[in-house]
Amino acid sequence: MRSVLPILAVLLAIVVLWYGAAIWLNSQWTYDQAGRAGVEVSFGEVVADTMVQERPVLPAPHQVAAGLWEGVAGQKVTSKRSLVYHGWMTLSATLVGFAIGTGLGVLLAVGIVHNRAMDMSVMPWAIASQTIPILAIAPMVIVVLASVGITGLLPKAVISAYLSFFPVVVGMVKGLRSPDGMQLDLLRTYNASPMATLWKLRLPASMPYLFASLKVSMAASLVGAIVGELPAGATSGLGARLLSGSYYGQTIQIWAALFAAAILAAGLVIIIGGIERATLRRMGMGQ
Amino acid sequence: MIWLWSAILFWLAAWAFNAWAARQPFARTRAGRLAIPALFGATLLVLWEGVVRGLEVPGVILPAPSVIWGTITASVPILWQDFVQTILKGGLSGYVIGCGAAVLTAIAIDRSPFLQRGLLPVGNFVAALPIVGIAPILVMWFGFDWQSKAAVVVVMVFFPVLVNTVAGLAATDRMQRDLMATYSASYWQTLMKLRLPAAMPFIFNGLKIATTLALIGAIVAEFFGSPIKGMGFRISTAVGQLALDMVWAEIAVAALAGSAFYGLVALIEKGVTFWHPSQRARS
Repeated sequence: MRSVLPILAVLLAIVVLWYGAAIWLNSQWTYDQAGRAGVEVSFGEVVADTMVQERPVLPAPHQVAAGLWEGVAGQKVTSKRSLVYHGWMTLSATLVGFAIGTGLGVLLAVGIVHNRAMDMSVMPWAIASQTIPILAIAPMVIVVLASVGITGLLPKAVISAYLSFFPVVVGMVKGLRSPDGMQLDLLRTYNASPMATLWKLRLPASMPYLFASLKVSMAASLVGAIVGELPAGATSGLGARLLSGSYYGQTIQIWAALFAAAILAAGLVIIIGGIERATLRRMGMGQ
Repeated sequence: MIWLWSAILFWLAAWAFNAWAARQPFARTRAGRLAIPALFGATLLVLWEGVVRGLEVPGVILPAPSVIWGTITASVPILWQDFVQTILKGGLSGYVIGCGAAVLTAIAIDRSPFLQRGLLPVGNFVAALPIVGIAPILVMWFGFDWQSKAAVVVVMVFFPVLVNTVAGLAATDRMQRDLMATYSASYWQTLMKLRLPAAMPFIFNGLKIATTLALIGAIVAEFFGSPIKGMGFRISTAVGQLALDMVWAEIAVAALAGSAFYGLVALIEKGVTFWHPSQRARS
């Protein structure tokens, strides 16, 4: 708890810097408007004006907060302007993709640990594929799946699954290999089958690694869902809000959608952290 | 149909060979470590080609590897122009600025425990956020050319590198710092001779993560507006024309560039942190 004060100080500094930047960046427009109208403006008037512009270059924090509040509480949940509606569209794709990706990742990791040929052939490609900007092919996946007749939730979930898949594979391979020689030897003296070794030793031992990679892959899967909404055609979801905001210069809308995504990501990671703590304590591994 | 079956047959045969080869002493040599994954990759390409030809998948859904290769060789100038615009101008300059700023910031806040306790959780939090989302804002601020792409890359690579560098600077133990103190070393001497070298494995970890992020940032930022060149621009327009062979050609270039970039950083890491156990064990 001793780090609460420093965190608050840093956040406060960010907000102060943000207000300063908002005044600096938005004042240009104010001066232009005043110059066109032929009136002199004092510094105080400029500051007041930069706080309330319709389409500021950088919205002030309170404008973003107001936009966020307006989007969450000021609309009916089913309305097209409601951030809850768009957030839910993104969240559902994220969760489906996360479930698919995590399941496949764990299965592949089990295969890699138990089969040497798979380890040698698949693992280098799994690592190499991390260096490929997968997000770049997101629009193509959407368009191709749409041309086969699959639209809606699933294409976005496929991208999410692809992104959340590799952190889980890499983390679980490490985790399933984490039992040391002594423990594996003990199970061999029990004449345990590979299946029993997997269930009773390898899987429990891999839990800390699993949760660490789940956090990474949850964040990745949200990014995947948002980018999956960018290609033209998507009309709902936080990514679509970002795109339409950037087309029409609605900066407040962009920032509100961005903060909604950030809050969503933080919430999901915190939930996984909670499950992690409960599970590890139940298993006797907690701090 | 003959294409499909022969491809599947080839895949099974190659897999059986791989399973056999992985158990031989050959698999432990350097050549075996390269040959087995290479063979697996080749089988995937053959399988892809066979499935596309055998099932007569239309080119607007999935073009065959041979068609993609034809597009690559036929449009080298376009691909090169896009590569220069996106990777060299947008990605690389943003990568250098972002990583440099992150390392310098980490060294600056290293002297203040207060700032560290405050910045680290915030940095960790921001590193987990969907930062790609700021791309439209930065494109609005810096215009459509490569400067806005570099700005997106700077923001994307900054926090992972910052968090890793701060963790790395804390990696020396008390004994080592005490030794420097008995030498009466100044802060800067301790930093240059002990703590920065000790932090290098962590810094390179961050730098390697950042290579992928840099490419993603540079390409995705182009979806929000770009001049009429660049890989992201080409991908989004080619998707619109259903010219998927062009899209796959760009993806192949991006994959190649990403792997080369990562490999380069890994190579530098090998030279700089030759003393670290993870590097020594393999040679």
